[in-house]
Amino acid sequence: MNKIKQGFDFSSSPKVDQVGINDRIARITARSIKKESKMQGLRMALNMIDLTTLEGADTDKKVMQLCNKAQHLHDSYPNLPSVAAVCVYPNFVKTAKECLKGSGINVASVATAFPSGHSSLKIKLLDTNIAVDAGAEEIDMVISRGKFHEGDYNFVYDEIAAIKEACGSSRLKVILETGELGTFDKVRRASDIAMEAGADFIKTSTGKISPAATLPVTLVMLEAIKDYYYKTGVQVGMKPAGGISNSKLALQYLMLVKETLGKDWLTNEWFRFGASSLANDLLMQIIKQDTGIYQSKDYFSKD
Amino acid sequence: MSRLEILKTYKIYIGGKFPRTESGRFYTPKNGDKALGNICLSSRKDFRNAVVAARSAFGKWSGATAYNRSQVLYRIAEMLEGRRAQFVEEIILQGSKKAEAEKEVNTSIDRIIYYAGWCDKYSQIFSAVNPVATSHFNFTAPEPTGVVSVFAPEENSLIGLVSSVMPIIASGNTCVVLACENMPLCAVTFAEVLNSSDVPGGVINLLTGKRSELLEHMASHMDVNAFLYTGTDKKEMEAIQKLGVANLKRIQLKDFSKIYSSEHETPYYIEDFLEMKTTWHPIEKIGATGSGY
Repeated sequence: MNKIKQGFDFSSSPKVDQVGINDRIARITARSIKKESKMQGLRMALNMIDLTTLEGADTDKKVMQLCNKAQHLHDSYPNLPSVAAVCVYPNFVKTAKECLKGSGINVASVATAFPSGHSSLKIKLLDTNIAVDAGAEEIDMVISRGKFHEGDYNFVYDEIAAIKEACGSSRLKVILETGELGTFDKVRRASDIAMEAGADFIKTSTGKISPAATLPVTLVMLEAIKDYYYKTGVQVGMKPAGGISNSKLALQYLMLVKETLGKDWLTNEWFRFGASSLANDLLMQIIKQDTGIYQSKDYFSKD
Repeated sequence: MSRLEILKTYKIYIGGKFPRTESGRFYTPKNGDKALGNICLSSRKDFRNAVVAARSAFGKWSGATAYNRSQVLYRIAEMLEGRRAQFVEEIILQGSKKAEAEKEVNTSIDRIIYYAGWCDKYSQIFSAVNPVATSHFNFTAPEPTGVVSVFAPEENSLIGLVSSVMPIIASGNTCVVLACENMPLCAVTFAEVLNSSDVPGGVINLLTGKRSELLEHMASHMDVNAFLYTGTDKKEMEAIQKLGVANLKRIQLKDFSKIYSSEHETPYYIEDFLEMKTTWHPIEKIGATGSGY
């Protein structure tokens, strides 16, 4: 099938060199960052976190608790950076907005029948509107993976474009759910479609499917962002999400971003981690760096 | 033609696996001129990884039934019995006479069985029902302390290790042990025994290396709840006590020099790493017809 949209042929996205990608990652993971650079990286990673709760069992109180955690990461250690955003379901956006008022921390909301994305466009738009109207500065949408696998790339494109329009001034993150795409080639193609359709960020996963974010798949997406930037001059952000729970891995992601896209992407405007337990691990590492003493989870608030 | 001797590399034991030290370093302890083996010189990162393994093993091990823990300890003794020849040989290699070596292995096996027997009995000894003046059923029961750092005795290899570790794990604690620096062969072989018995990975983690290098981290780590020091070095003892203050570690300083003495077979060694929990349970009435329970 050869679908063409606005002069862009989605089926002709570049093929990905899997061996090359894995080799590149192997070299990244063999390195380690020490001392001042490590400290800087840890603080930077903390500042890039979208603190997330997306459970069926979420309640207003749970969201309030998470917002409180976002604002008071570890008060006994002063001058910590804050996280970038709190990410919740649309019906909790109002609660989160109230809790985070004046804190400078954004509210992100998943929308579009998260996590499966199986619903009509009407419902998805409504879902998005609810979140935007409640004040969400960022919308995390999922693409229709079924349609994507069927080769109906126009459908996927149109849907993203429609949601982007509904977002207004809120920034749109497009979740590809790479764990369901299967191959790097498909990840690359989905990335291209999302960016062409107006995504402000592309994001790996919902966190509900395993594998979630991995370094290789992130590299494929970063390369897509780089090519898109060279082609159009438009900067697109990246958000790996799910399964990033320790500092070492977070630092490896930062290395990957720095060496693929450069330092312009090393701010929370263009790079985010979707995570919940990563924050505490970063805090523990920061304090370990500072005091030389290995830390215990017992002394850090859960959320 | 003389052949080139192959010196065994003894690896460390973390989370049920036998990795080499992440530092890649090793040392070669000697008995006279005879090299004993290539031994991992563990780094603080190996210790850090071992604590993570010990912490994640704690829930399941402390939650196992006392009867089950007893069986597992007994199984260690059985497996040790099956490999006694190797242990005797290694103890001789480290400088002991044959008779001494046999005595050390025999006593070690007996001591494991001794503590296996205590697993489902210490709690009856150390718990209590307490008389109180209100209408409460008030009782105290022991719980394991958590993750324990251990300096195994320097004077001997197997018996010291067994005598220090068995009472700790009998109650459901998990531990990270630094083996004897100059005679570490049996410790690593003992880890092979643990691995082939039913002890879950992470319950006992064995490192080899230098006390001077690891003391600071083993005593200060915030996720370690207790420390067993076996020895008599005043400076080391003082350092451990100071470093352990930050998270109020339960620190036990023990002299293990008379290792064959029966003083090392006692349920109080189990009690050293127990926390007592007292529960106030409301009851309906205490009256003429007797108590509500």
